[in-house]
Amino acid sequence: MASARATKIDRLAGLAVRSPDDQDPDGAGPDSGLSLAASAWRRLRRNPVFIVGAVVIGLFLILAVLAPLIAPHDPGLRLLEDQVSRARNEIPPAQPGHPMGGDQFGRDFFSRMLLGSQQTLMVAVLATVIGLGGGLVLGTLAGAFGGWVDTLVMRIVDVMLSIPSLLLAVSIGALFSQQTQFTVILAVAIVQIPIFARLLRGTMLGVRESDHVLAARALGVKGRSIVFRHILPNSLGPVIVQSTLVLAIAILDAAALSFLGLGAADDATPEWGQMLGNAQDFFDSQPHLAIWPAACIVVVALGFTLVGESMREALDPRQRR
Amino acid sequence: MSEPAERGDALLTVDDLKMHFPIKRGVVLDRTVGYVYAVDGVSLEVRRGETYGLVGESGCGKTTLGRGILKLVEPTAGRVVFDGTDLSGLRGEPLRRMRRRMQMVFQDPLSSLDPRQSVESLLVEGMRAHDLDKGKESTAKRLRELLTAVGLPSTALRKYPHEFSGGQRQRIGIARALALEPDLIVADEPVSALDVSVQAQVINLLEDLQAEFGLTYLVIAHDLAVVRHISDRIGVMYLGALVEETDSDSLYAEPLHPYTKALLSAIPVPDPLVEDEREQILLTGDLPSPANPPSGCRFHTRCPWRQETRCDTERPQLREINAGHRVACHWAEDIAAGRIARHEVRPVYEPPDADVIPDVPLIGPASMTEVMDHH
Amino acid sequence: MGMALLEVRDLAVSFRRKGEEPTAAVDGISFDVHPGQTVGLVGESGCGKSVTSLAIMGLLPQRGNQVTGSVRFEGTELLGLSQKAMDERRGRDLGMVFQDPLSSLNPVIPVGLQVAEVLQRHRGRSRKEAMAESAELLDRVGIPDPTRRIDEYPHQLSGGMRQRALIAIALACRPRLLIADEPTTALDVTIQAQILKLLSEMVTGTDTALIMITHDLGVVAGLCDEVNVMYGGRIVERAKRHELFAEPRHPYTAGLLASIPRLDAPRGEKLVPIRGSVADNIPWTHACAFAPRCPNALDRCVEVTPELVDDRGGMLRCHNPVEPALRAGAEEVRA
Repeated sequence: MASARATKIDRLAGLAVRSPDDQDPDGAGPDSGLSLAASAWRRLRRNPVFIVGAVVIGLFLILAVLAPLIAPHDPGLRLLEDQVSRARNEIPPAQPGHPMGGDQFGRDFFSRMLLGSQQTLMVAVLATVIGLGGGLVLGTLAGAFGGWVDTLVMRIVDVMLSIPSLLLAVSIGALFSQQTQFTVILAVAIVQIPIFARLLRGTMLGVRESDHVLAARALGVKGRSIVFRHILPNSLGPVIVQSTLVLAIAILDAAALSFLGLGAADDATPEWGQMLGNAQDFFDSQPHLAIWPAACIVVVALGFTLVGESMREALDPRQRR
Repeated sequence: MSEPAERGDALLTVDDLKMHFPIKRGVVLDRTVGYVYAVDGVSLEVRRGETYGLVGESGCGKTTLGRGILKLVEPTAGRVVFDGTDLSGLRGEPLRRMRRRMQMVFQDPLSSLDPRQSVESLLVEGMRAHDLDKGKESTAKRLRELLTAVGLPSTALRKYPHEFSGGQRQRIGIARALALEPDLIVADEPVSALDVSVQAQVINLLEDLQAEFGLTYLVIAHDLAVVRHISDRIGVMYLGALVEETDSDSLYAEPLHPYTKALLSAIPVPDPLVEDEREQILLTGDLPSPANPPSGCRFHTRCPWRQETRCDTERPQLREINAGHRVACHWAEDIAAGRIARHEVRPVYEPPDADVIPDVPLIGPASMTEVMDHH
Repeated sequence: MGMALLEVRDLAVSFRRKGEEPTAAVDGISFDVHPGQTVGLVGESGCGKSVTSLAIMGLLPQRGNQVTGSVRFEGTELLGLSQKAMDERRGRDLGMVFQDPLSSLNPVIPVGLQVAEVLQRHRGRSRKEAMAESAELLDRVGIPDPTRRIDEYPHQLSGGMRQRALIAIALACRPRLLIADEPTTALDVTIQAQILKLLSEMVTGTDTALIMITHDLGVVAGLCDEVNVMYGGRIVERAKRHELFAEPRHPYTAGLLASIPRLDAPRGEKLVPIRGSVADNIPWTHACAFAPRCPNALDRCVEVTPELVDDRGGMLRCHNPVEPALRAGAEEVRA
């Protein structure tokens, strides 16, 4: 009799816990056995903001990968040079084989747009990775040791932060005698290092004071283990979110550097920012040369921003139930 | 005042422990403008196998004292001797090794468990730090034992802290401490973050574990009813110092210090008959700032038995009045004998504290109020 | 007793979240409060006691909440009253004291002015009159040296002083009903004793009624005339204070009393905990929500919802209540 009641209670309790949209095959609770990251991912998957952002980024990624295959022409070849007339501001119009016409040198504009996605995404990702890496090292040093290490690192970071980021990037770019795509990446990355470092250090200092870190100390866990198992993993959330936002910023910064003429001198490999910069002379007569790259930059940046924002939301521990 | 503790069975001896934290001010260069006297000369002794309860209101320094004893916060002065080893000089690896034997249970079971670790990894971590995980099978067996001991199902191992209720989380916290087979467990407000109906489960669990594993407890709490239930002996703290120490029964039956009397009379008892009958000793005013403690007896500003002489000027030391009953009050005997009458206390106006924010490594919520807030 | 000051009938509050079933925080509760009476709402976190008070005060956010039932104050229905009309009532007829006095006070306005503003708004006092009365009020709630404190900001006051200031604000217009939601939970016991004394002084001898919301049975024992014990959004037991503590009828009430360590109990007795936790609740539909944790549970308890019925002068929602005779027997065995 008693066990029958127990089963009944279990059944009723199950009713209370399970909501209709949770159809876990194993019938456990909605978040059962899920790590923090896994349950954040669950929430992320359902967020339309994330889906839109991810689709945008995904499309551009596919485009970038397939660009060499799809592009009808070599972006460096001046195939339509005969149709260019500098004097009359004439540029090859759309025509069979060249759906978007040519640029001011008679190169196939469509192919350049396609291959530009490769360069642009590469700049963004590399700059972010380098910036993140540098920021992690500095931030961890400051956050884990505290004391004079912290003071030293943070003063350097403060100095870097006090210079407007674009100005800093321009100065760094100008340090190199020869501008290449790599100098652009480096310039953009270095600008991001202090931002990452500061963010990580701040979060780490907060986490370092938290009860579970105190608990680990009380347990006699070794210092290194406390930093790398407890403090760092629990501090990465904001940094990860920031890095998606930095991806967007990096694209814009790189575009700005190219626009200012600090990009690769050789423009055989196209890059959207550079294309945008080159198009400025023709903006009155041929606005599409500027609008296309600008629109692509904005959309990709927006995609990264949407993903970043939705990740920030998903990683918020208050969202966990 | 350090009596030679030759009882022989003391597991922990705290001798004149002081924990002062500088208050720093200044934009460019930090200047020390004063100190917060969080713990200001505490001596006590915890005997092997007993439960010592440390009780006091927020701001009395009980949490800081607990952390100082475990050397999680470095004391300013004084000695902590654990099983014959002076912890004062202990640093680095020897201190870390020593931690195996003295463990801690925290107030807020959720914040003291790393949200990213599964229960298994939480439990194994301490064992690994002290080379107690000797092979997969013995560790697995040990984990099962631990879970059984604290009353959790073995399926708990692969779950994460957020999937448990408050009471279950506290069981995980207790299992984590037990995993190292400690001699001493310092439990800081072990039940105050839990629902009333669940508190009793955890209190009973702590008692059962003590009987089973021969543990020694130092229980720190603000709730005197809980402390009295669980403890053999109790120390009452006020503003960084012990004011009274005795066994649980005589503390309730014959409190000698005026503060203890007031504290006991303030605790509501869930019985209207008792509530209607009893005489409350209402204290006026608030706890003075530990950055600027009153001269003489720390309690004299609020004491309804304060006398013209001695109280304001001379700091009373703990002295043994009855066997095992220590009190820090100049007039304890006279109050007990009724030779001194209670009088009105006029609340004094304290000018607003100029935002005393001590530069204190008070990690986590240091008081009850903070924890209740996010409830 | 004459007409009730406050009549709550079938009050239910459910939270709606996008894409989820609405959850009932309060699941149909009814009670009366008479002038001058002190009524307790007791229960653990999640039992719906605070939501009840917010619903009565009309302080629940409009979005995402569905409030049904009826709350009549001196015969006037409060639910469905416009925001403006409700603002008018609050402060004048209904006062409220919250758990956290710091977040309930405006941090950038001196406390004296905060009290005065209420007087200006609801009683039409001039600024000068209001400030003078504000000082009087602060004095009445036991804030020493009120003429100086009046210019201080909330963060400059201690927790106990802040709670006093909040009580002064709530009482400024002599409301007919004061709701105190865990007013002492954030405070130390010695300060709690001061505040409880103040609250009871403020209501005894006047016809101001008090609803005391707390999880602490000890607080209830000293203060309330009538006690409602809540569980899972419903009232499970109602009784006069002495009856409730002498002869708890609901297994939940009895369980709570047995599980708290009492300061005056002989030592060495084991506590008798209630098994499980609130997470084990089951829905009230066709069952008793407490059944999974109940030592008295019968088969009936998971088949039929118990109703709140008259029981020895109080009300009780239980199929298998605790028999006083048995309890007395248990007491003897203990002794």
